[in-house]
Amino acid sequence: MSHIPWGVHVLNLAKCWERLFFITAMLFFVSSAAAQDWFRTGTGLGEAKSRIAIADFAARSDSAKPHASLFTQVVRDDLQFCGILDLASPSFYPPQAPSVPAELKYAAWAGPPTNANFVGFGNLSENTAEVAIEAWLQDVRSPSSQAVVGKVYRGAPTDAQVRKFAHQFADEIISKLSGGLPGVASTQIAFVSSRSGSKEIWVMDYDGANQRQLTSLKSIALTPRWSPDASRIAFTCFAPSGGLTSAQICMYSMDTGKLVSFSRFRGTNITPAWSPDGTQIIFSSSMQGNPELYVTDVGGGRPKRMTMSNGANVSPSWNPKTGQTIAFVSDRGGVPQLYLMNSDGTSATKLDLPDMGYVIDPAWTPNGQLLAFSWRRPNDNYDIYVMDAATRQFVELTRDQGRNERPSWAPDGRHIVFESTRGGARQIWTMLADGSQPHQLTAAGHNESPNWSTR
Amino acid sequence: MNLASRSLCRASLLTALAAAVFTFGCGPKKVAPPPPQPPPPAPAAARPTVTLQASPTSINKGESATLSWNSTDATQLTISPEVGAVTAQGSTKVTPADSTTYTITATGPGGSADASARVTVNAPPPPPVAAPQPSLDELFLKEVRDAYFDYDKADIRPDARESLSKTADFLKNYPQIKVTIEGHCDERGSTEYNLGLGDRRASAVKQYIISLGISADRLSTVSYGKEKPFCMEHNESCWQQNRRGHFVKSN
Repeated sequence: MSHIPWGVHVLNLAKCWERLFFITAMLFFVSSAAAQDWFRTGTGLGEAKSRIAIADFAARSDSAKPHASLFTQVVRDDLQFCGILDLASPSFYPPQAPSVPAELKYAAWAGPPTNANFVGFGNLSENTAEVAIEAWLQDVRSPSSQAVVGKVYRGAPTDAQVRKFAHQFADEIISKLSGGLPGVASTQIAFVSSRSGSKEIWVMDYDGANQRQLTSLKSIALTPRWSPDASRIAFTCFAPSGGLTSAQICMYSMDTGKLVSFSRFRGTNITPAWSPDGTQIIFSSSMQGNPELYVTDVGGGRPKRMTMSNGANVSPSWNPKTGQTIAFVSDRGGVPQLYLMNSDGTSATKLDLPDMGYVIDPAWTPNGQLLAFSWRRPNDNYDIYVMDAATRQFVELTRDQGRNERPSWAPDGRHIVFESTRGGARQIWTMLADGSQPHQLTAAGHNESPNWSTR
Repeated sequence: MNLASRSLCRASLLTALAAAVFTFGCGPKKVAPPPPQPPPPAPAAARPTVTLQASPTSINKGESATLSWNSTDATQLTISPEVGAVTAQGSTKVTPADSTTYTITATGPGGSADASARVTVNAPPPPPVAAPQPSLDELFLKEVRDAYFDYDKADIRPDARESLSKTADFLKNYPQIKVTIEGHCDERGSTEYNLGLGDRRASAVKQYIISLGISADRLSTVSYGKEKPFCMEHNESCWQQNRRGHFVKSN
């Protein structure tokens, strides 16, 4: 383990490949001993990541060729994206791609120029009814060992299904090589797009593929939030009733593809968020006059008021790990700032940051230790920050790249999806949680308010 | 046969025998005149007659009129403008864009004759010179004033008090009108925060209007945050346009 000039607390080095990435500021985040993902500071120093190669998957027939190369490419993209592995460039690979374990020449892959620790390979056969994929991951530095991963995938011979299998295989590899951290290749991102003419809720694969429209309300749909089991999306909708329109909480079921009912309330009802167990919704409502936070059951029943203040209280985020703390935005002090309160509504306190400005969009990491948010410091634009909730130390992840807002964490705690105007129009991007590897997911129309599925 | 040759043909009829027409045809070719001889007794070729009628004679723009005609002793009939060659009698619909005089020309061995009919097209009725009574919607737009806000604030400013008292006067004069007060914000805050702030602005306007004597059950509110801006530029004058409580007639 190479060390960092100003020293670092090295915690819980369970597996060499858990050395995730390096926040570029002069501070560090302390994780509990039980935590799987953690941050450490540095300036790019550190262990090499495990090096992995994904051989071209062999097509067992001419008709299988397009899907074999699609499968290979999606697996490579997923591993490149994951942030914990070093993907060897295919131009360095040996000429012979193994299609089954017996064909794998360990030394050729372990030696230069490939220098792989692990090789993924396999084959794909296809007829009009079915695609069948055999896929392996082998540790080429330990030729005698069992395959790290060995899987057979069978399903409809469609691009979408082949992509799904590729994501599953990539997630299997990431999970095995990270000591159990979930991969995110099979996750989805909900977002708001106006490309159909009105703001509607859309969803896409985590890599931006397969973008599709969920709602067709033809009014204004905003702030989608996945339920913890990813079966529902709560969001803000503008719903007419009796000739009058108002902002209400809407609920979309991924299972039925339809809206399910949620109580209507007086006033403006916005920014729903889920309790960690998925049994409660917290949202902002002016049902009693001022925009305050209320907790209800998932159908909107039994509302209970959580805040008492002058000013607008919006954008709650419920700590998904502890369930004990709720972060939210309030302008009770004059401008919107972040507050933390207990989940029973007590002890609301402002998160003090060194200068004023807007602080909005709180989003907890899945492990409940870090809070991402958007901050517009005086005379600056909005940028994404990450703060350790215990130490209140923070780092800036974006800078001088347009407006960057509304961070949402991937379930692996290593990636953040956010919206940015860096390319002109407002679009959805992902990055590693140290701000590196920015990657644009949307391009058509205006897109905003991404929310990463919880599984 | 084109028009030129047709008129040449007509000219030759005046000087030649009917038989000669068949001999020499109607071509443009010049032919040697026949040797002079005493004119034979002219056959009793009757002069054509023709009538043309329009019905109705006066239409509105976009409507049609029917032209009807009747002729005798004509071998060719032409209606102009537009219609062209027609049979000895008949009728056709015309849809002139403007008032038009149609002329039918009948030509036969005995000469030619004309008849005309005029179709008058009435311009669409002009809008009433002065609306005797502006509609309630027009009055609403004219009299009702929105309230503008400071950045990040939902307090009613002095200028907004003035606007809102004018609005309240109007609402008192027209007690049947109900209104929705929309809260709007500029683009600088977040979508979520602006929805909250817009709600506070709409509520502040509502409370102020109530304090001026307007019944709460005539007033509803909705916050659009920064979702429906009045002005799309990124400068203070535009942002000020968007920080407002906006009145919309809701019945």
